Amino acid sequence: MSEKALMKGNEAIAEAAIRCGCRHYFGYPITPQTEIAAYMAKRMPKIGGTFLQAESEIAAINMVYGCASTGRRAMTSSSSPGVSLKAEGMSYLAGADLPALIVNVQRGGPGLGGIQPSQSDYFFMTRGPGHGDFHIIVLAPATVQEMADLTRLAFELGEKYRMPAMLLADGTMGQMMEPVVLPEEQTDPAEVMKGKPWAVTGTGMKRPHNIINSLYLKPDELEKTNIERFKRYEQLERDETRWEEYLMDDAEICVVSTGITARVSKNAIAECRRRGIKVGMIRPITLFPFPKAPLAKAAEKVKCFITVELNMGQMSEDVELAVRCSKPVAMCNRVGGMIPSTDEVVAAIEKEAK
Amino acid sequence: MTYETVMAGFGGQGLLFSGKVLAYAGLLEGRELSWLPSYGPEMRGGTCNCSVIISDEPVGSPIIAHPNVLMVMNEPSLDKFEDAVAPGGTIFVDSSLIARKVRRADVDVVYIPATQMATEMEAASLANMIMLGAIVEKLGCVKSETMLDALKHTISARKANLLDLNLKAVEAGRRFMADSAASPA
Repeated sequence: MSEKALMKGNEAIAEAAIRCGCRHYFGYPITPQTEIAAYMAKRMPKIGGTFLQAESEIAAINMVYGCASTGRRAMTSSSSPGVSLKAEGMSYLAGADLPALIVNVQRGGPGLGGIQPSQSDYFFMTRGPGHGDFHIIVLAPATVQEMADLTRLAFELGEKYRMPAMLLADGTMGQMMEPVVLPEEQTDPAEVMKGKPWAVTGTGMKRPHNIINSLYLKPDELEKTNIERFKRYEQLERDETRWEEYLMDDAEICVVSTGITARVSKNAIAECRRRGIKVGMIRPITLFPFPKAPLAKAAEKVKCFITVELNMGQMSEDVELAVRCSKPVAMCNRVGGMIPSTDEVVAAIEKEAK
Repeated sequence: MTYETVMAGFGGQGLLFSGKVLAYAGLLEGRELSWLPSYGPEMRGGTCNCSVIISDEPVGSPIIAHPNVLMVMNEPSLDKFEDAVAPGGTIFVDSSLIARKVRRADVDVVYIPATQMATEMEAASLANMIMLGAIVEKLGCVKSETMLDALKHTISARKANLLDLNLKAVEAGRRFMADSAASPA
């Protein structure tokens, strides 16, 4: 095992991406994710890669679109208001069936909002972040280790299913430092271009042109692409859904939370267990695909769910859908950059335990 | 034992850095830990703090509601965090910068004229390291040797020439603490 490093979540994403063979980063600074860009600016020139600070977020995502067309591992990162600007580009990437990594280290909104942590882009990211009928893979890290590990997963799943993948973190995850074991494996940037017969890399006059495009003027053809894409989403849900279960064996109450609020919830659950309340947690790691099956299974034995989120209850709707409203779903939320304290989550759990 | 430390003061006093040194010492000792900065439009002169948890158990939330160690380097920070400190916790006060006394009676308090000591060492910006030296000497949250090691690892290349002075500042804080323990006021 390689040595543990002490890094910020944002830095762990950047270093992990480099080790995954990503040599092309396009971005535009915005708090609280700027360390990703700063890290890339420092490292990319030394390893023959490209760091480019674009003139805007829109330019950056379209550079990713162009770079991803060649089969290279390309990425961009931003925070909530900047990700709004990338919506058009994400739709085009999805329409052209291209893999790419987009990082969203969320801050409070709407509008310019604030710069403190938030999970308020949940709907925006999981429903299809742009026009048209599509999804992207959405991964929600809750430790600095996962910031690194899920970066690799995002690249790999994106390529396997030919779709953009997002790391959806909150500001706390980006800013905090924790010990992290970085992947020892160094993926060769040339290696990741193999096995991509669709990539535009020059025909060498030996094969027909590859065309990367999202324009289909014949409705029957466009319909086919949409239906084929949703078949991939089905397979993604079947094979790639990930979640963590914590003290669920005897749980009567199930907390559902991601990112920083899942960590606050762990403290609260430990305290509630000391007080004799049987409470556990299901922590979704993939938000699209959402872990519906384990929640439906939990609904058979728990008496209620509590979602703990940094938004007004966006994920709670997915929990209600997953359990078909068979059990009540209570909420414990803070918004605008505020984070619920352990005591607040304990109180929410105790209220449901009565 | 879990040490939940909040370090608070003005931006530019090196609070995030002293927190990083402490966290890195935890890393070198193979402990569980987290480091979380306040972040915002906080430039030099604004308020600033960081939270460091060092534990033998896995760290859940990195957010500290009730620190059992508080290091304060300006009065607004003492005002802000004094009531939050867990009963039985320890507050380390830079008494060169904070005129008032701690009002709580259920906590241990250490007054260190850190900024004055640093100025006398011609290293005015290293009061943070004096404070850190005192904390480690008093609480033993990490071993002193590990912390010196951590300092060597975390100091930026740009400031490598200041390593010796940093080590001296830590040492001065430790000595201050050891001396006051030998002859309590």
